[in-house]
Amino acid sequence: MKDIIKILQQNARISNRELSEMLGVSPEEAAAEIKRLEDSGVIKGYSVIVDDELYDNSTVYATIELRVTPQRDCGFDDIAKTIMMYDEVESISLMSGAYDLSLEVKGDNLRDVALFVSERLATIDGVLSTATHFILKKYKEKGIFIDGEENDERGLC
Amino acid sequence: MSVIDYNKALSSKIKEIKPSGIRKFFDIAGTMEGVISLGVGEPDFSTPWVIRKAAIKTLERKHIIYGPNKGIAPLRKAIRDSIEKKHGVSYDSEDEIIVTVGGSEAIDMAVRGMLDPGDEVLVVEPCFVCYAPLVELAGGVPVSVPTKIENSFKLTVDDLKDKITDKTKLLILPFPNNPTGAVMTKEDLEPIADLIRNTNIMILSDEIYSELTYGRKHFSIISLDGMRERTILVNGFSKAYAMTGWRLGYMAAPRPIVSQLAKIHQYGIMCSPYISQNAAIEALTSCDGEVKRMVDEYDVRRRYLVSEFNRIGLSCFNPEGAFYVFPYIGDTGLSSEEFCERLLYEEKVAAVPGSAFGSSGEGFMRISYAYSLKHLMEAMHRIEKFVERLKEERHES
Repeated sequence: MKDIIKILQQNARISNRELSEMLGVSPEEAAAEIKRLEDSGVIKGYSVIVDDELYDNSTVYATIELRVTPQRDCGFDDIAKTIMMYDEVESISLMSGAYDLSLEVKGDNLRDVALFVSERLATIDGVLSTATHFILKKYKEKGIFIDGEENDERGLC
Repeated sequence: MSVIDYNKALSSKIKEIKPSGIRKFFDIAGTMEGVISLGVGEPDFSTPWVIRKAAIKTLERKHIIYGPNKGIAPLRKAIRDSIEKKHGVSYDSEDEIIVTVGGSEAIDMAVRGMLDPGDEVLVVEPCFVCYAPLVELAGGVPVSVPTKIENSFKLTVDDLKDKITDKTKLLILPFPNNPTGAVMTKEDLEPIADLIRNTNIMILSDEIYSELTYGRKHFSIISLDGMRERTILVNGFSKAYAMTGWRLGYMAAPRPIVSQLAKIHQYGIMCSPYISQNAAIEALTSCDGEVKRMVDEYDVRRRYLVSEFNRIGLSCFNPEGAFYVFPYIGDTGLSSEEFCERLLYEEKVAAVPGSAFGSSGEGFMRISYAYSLKHLMEAMHRIEKFVERLKEERHES
């Protein structure tokens, strides 16, 4: 199961035949294993890694650090679940350290993101402070190089 | 001004040595755009971080000196411990181990130190390209011992026994094998040991791929009764720990051999790189997990390639070691060289013709899987397209 996830993380569009060859099982077994992982919720979905500079270079990303007051009985969960419902929020995680929630937010332009932070996030009950960092350039995402991959310089001997 | 005649300046021996068949082929590839290579013989992984960190620490804190001829003591001890742990055979780290500049230097040193003019060396083929030329440079005569696909490219007594003469001095045993990926198990080695035990022939066991095996652990001939005494064991750090550029290998052999061979190393090389030696201790003492991770990843690629080649009709023997597959291309009606040349020009995939590794490699090609899956999958798609085209051509004619 570790191998199957590792392979899919590199390329989720791989065919069942290729996957089964890599795992040393039959294509039917590979398909059944994927279905099992999907049904049991281990695999949540499949996404695509895009170079926005080539696709739509007006898109703006920011990471936002949020300090919040934990709620009685449910800690940070309640506030995190409120925030994750916004379409603008690409990812949200609970952090250790100086702040509590880390968000990645996507917007059509700088103003969109700024407004989202000031009008939506900052106004939520329990949000103590926000710190917004705009992303200038992405080099690598989910283990896949977006820019700056080195050429293979290996010789042939 | 008089002109120097370089042809006369060079030795006749060096002029007779043929350049590597791998190099020759890839010089063409280097001039083309968009070529996917499957040719390299070195890992695509980075050297594990703990090893690099140890090198940085050495640079920061130590004088970078020559060091002792045979290698720094802690590394030789770590090598001794590692051999003992893996094979249950002990060597004296003081005078039975030499740290060399890669496995290649150990091979060169062995043949130079063992051979008198005219001595014969049994070279098990297909094999890496360095043995025969090094034997010739040392004044010896390489005697090719072809292995066969029907024996899974293992060496058998039948392959060997007719090749032994009273001039035979050395048997070069290259397993796990480059280019075939074949391995020799204990059961495979026993009859070979039985044959050699009654002779005065030494074995040069090149075990550089010993850590890269799939399904079973590597077995070394030194573990068999009486064979430690007859074996020069060669190994190194390049393949197992992804340390090719660090240039570090070693030789372990009986004391009388090492004490003489050490002179070649002492006068010709002096000592292996000091920074690399300090870092390599870390490889032997704390990188088992990293090696396993790399082996697991190679294994995924290996399974994929073997199945794919068999699926597209290039029958591929299941290699249990190294990081190569060796599919049979003979059914296409092309020679190894023709196949690889057309594959390069028509689909821009560079692979090495099996014939580069000895005439017994004819009909095969070597595919390295020291590449990412993404790279291998793209290459496989191109190879499939090429093989389909060859089939159509054959039907038309």
